[in-house]
Amino acid sequence: MTAAEPPLLAATGLAKHFGGFVALEEVDLTVMPGERLGLIGPNGSGKSTLVNCLCGTLRHDSGTIAFDGRRLDGMPAHQRTRLGLARSFQLPKPFRSLNLVDNLSVPLLYTVNARPGARLSAAAIEAGALQLLADVGLADKARRLPRDLTQVEMRKLELVRAVATAPRLLFADEAMAGLSPSEIEEILSVLFRLNEGGITIVLIEHIMRAVMSFSTRLVVLVAGRKVADGPPQEAIRNPEVERAYLGE
Amino acid sequence: MGAAKFWAVSFIVSLMILVVTRSQIENEYFFFAGYVVLQYVVLATAWNILGGYTGYTNFGTGAFFAVGAYSSVVLQKLSPLPVPAMILVAGLVSGIIGLGMGYLTLRLRGVFFAIATLAMAIVAQTLIVNWDFVGGARGIYIIRPEHAPLFGGYIQYLYSLMLLLAWFSVAIARSIERSRLGIGFNAIRDDEQAAEAAGVPTLRLKLIATTLSGALMGMAGAPLPYYVTYLDPASSFNLSYAVNSVAMPMIGGMTSWVGPIIGAVLLGTIQQVATVTIASELNLLIVGLLLIAFVIVAPNGIVGLVQARRRARGER
Repeated sequence: MTAAEPPLLAATGLAKHFGGFVALEEVDLTVMPGERLGLIGPNGSGKSTLVNCLCGTLRHDSGTIAFDGRRLDGMPAHQRTRLGLARSFQLPKPFRSLNLVDNLSVPLLYTVNARPGARLSAAAIEAGALQLLADVGLADKARRLPRDLTQVEMRKLELVRAVATAPRLLFADEAMAGLSPSEIEEILSVLFRLNEGGITIVLIEHIMRAVMSFSTRLVVLVAGRKVADGPPQEAIRNPEVERAYLGE
Repeated sequence: MGAAKFWAVSFIVSLMILVVTRSQIENEYFFFAGYVVLQYVVLATAWNILGGYTGYTNFGTGAFFAVGAYSSVVLQKLSPLPVPAMILVAGLVSGIIGLGMGYLTLRLRGVFFAIATLAMAIVAQTLIVNWDFVGGARGIYIIRPEHAPLFGGYIQYLYSLMLLLAWFSVAIARSIERSRLGIGFNAIRDDEQAAEAAGVPTLRLKLIATTLSGALMGMAGAPLPYYVTYLDPASSFNLSYAVNSVAMPMIGGMTSWVGPIIGAVLLGTIQQVATVTIASELNLLIVGLLLIAFVIVAPNGIVGLVQARRRARGER
């Protein structure tokens, strides 16, 4: 990575209010290509709101977002996904009436196949979905419904559905919440593999051990403001971060 | 079976039903009753495209249906066209109203959307009641042409048209179910945010669903003035259309194109029999009781019961 390289994602002065509550206040965020960025902050600090605004699930009130040099302001979420901006949800949102293959067929049909020049056949879609499921160890449940999955499998499905959009930037929103240490390792290794495959990853996470081992850079949000941005070890020693997490 | 093959096979089956019933059955009442049952096949199938596949409950079936019927009345007064042409015009008019309803989904979901559709039906009824040109609250008499095109009586002619319309709606529903559009509809039903994040243009798909569903409902209503020969707002906007078109897919099963057919044929026939043998007031009571029973015993309808049994047998 050279300093002259343009950022993959650049948000400036991003703000979001819910009524009188300020969820995000003038947040600047840049993500460089290939980066593994950790995004942390106490509950209610605006992490998910930030992801929602960047991915188009919510409309931000002011500020600008550019992805790969292209302005995203006001663009609906599905178009951002097609540009290569994918996300998983904090609470898994599987398509409950569809089996796992069909769950992945949705992004394959509507994102990968919707990109210029792509024309996957029905057989190729199914093969692609099966391959993605095999990559995360869900191949044997390919024809089952999401309700037959365990907690960790559900998290994997949520993640792999975002990966199925063939993104350039992936927001993994608390992909490990509620998992055991060995399961966390499993998800982390999936994320490392994706990153090696060329996907830039922003990890939103509470589990510090996971964030610290994964991230090459750390951004800390407190009460809707960015209070630290830098190498992980430096960022968590920032006085404001310590105050937010540990009190005065 | 591919979509093209299904269109062909189902068309041949419909033609065979048409030929057999028209050549073998003398009793005119059969065609009166059959028309109503087939009309419900269209309404239930149309409702299911939005309600079953896409997950938006529409209680305004009566409005789309009546708008279709009244568009025929307007045409009849301005310049009478053959009934098939009127069906197309009615589909266009109700499709546009369906498109309008689609924009409601931007802000309203679940029960709020359902209430809004009910309100929309009341607004439409109020407009018709106050529109003198189409008879207002008094209603209007429609004189049927003396002779049906082709051969046979007029009621047989309307029955034949409704049978073709039923074929057309079912073939559309079946094609959607097995298509990219169908899986997108299902994704919206299961989780709209997740669908959008997976690249599904949810608004566009919802507009397609509401437009298509509304258009088919209006098409089902277009021949009504010629069927009843006297049309008034109270009966054409009747709530029973809405209740039936919700109940039939629920009882038959909402996940498959077969469900609304089973529900419509079953409930429609029971209602016709009850009207003749007991009393017409009993109709909605029967629907209500069946609906309660199915919601408790078989929430996925008859199709769901069959699928569950088949799955259980497969696992054993």
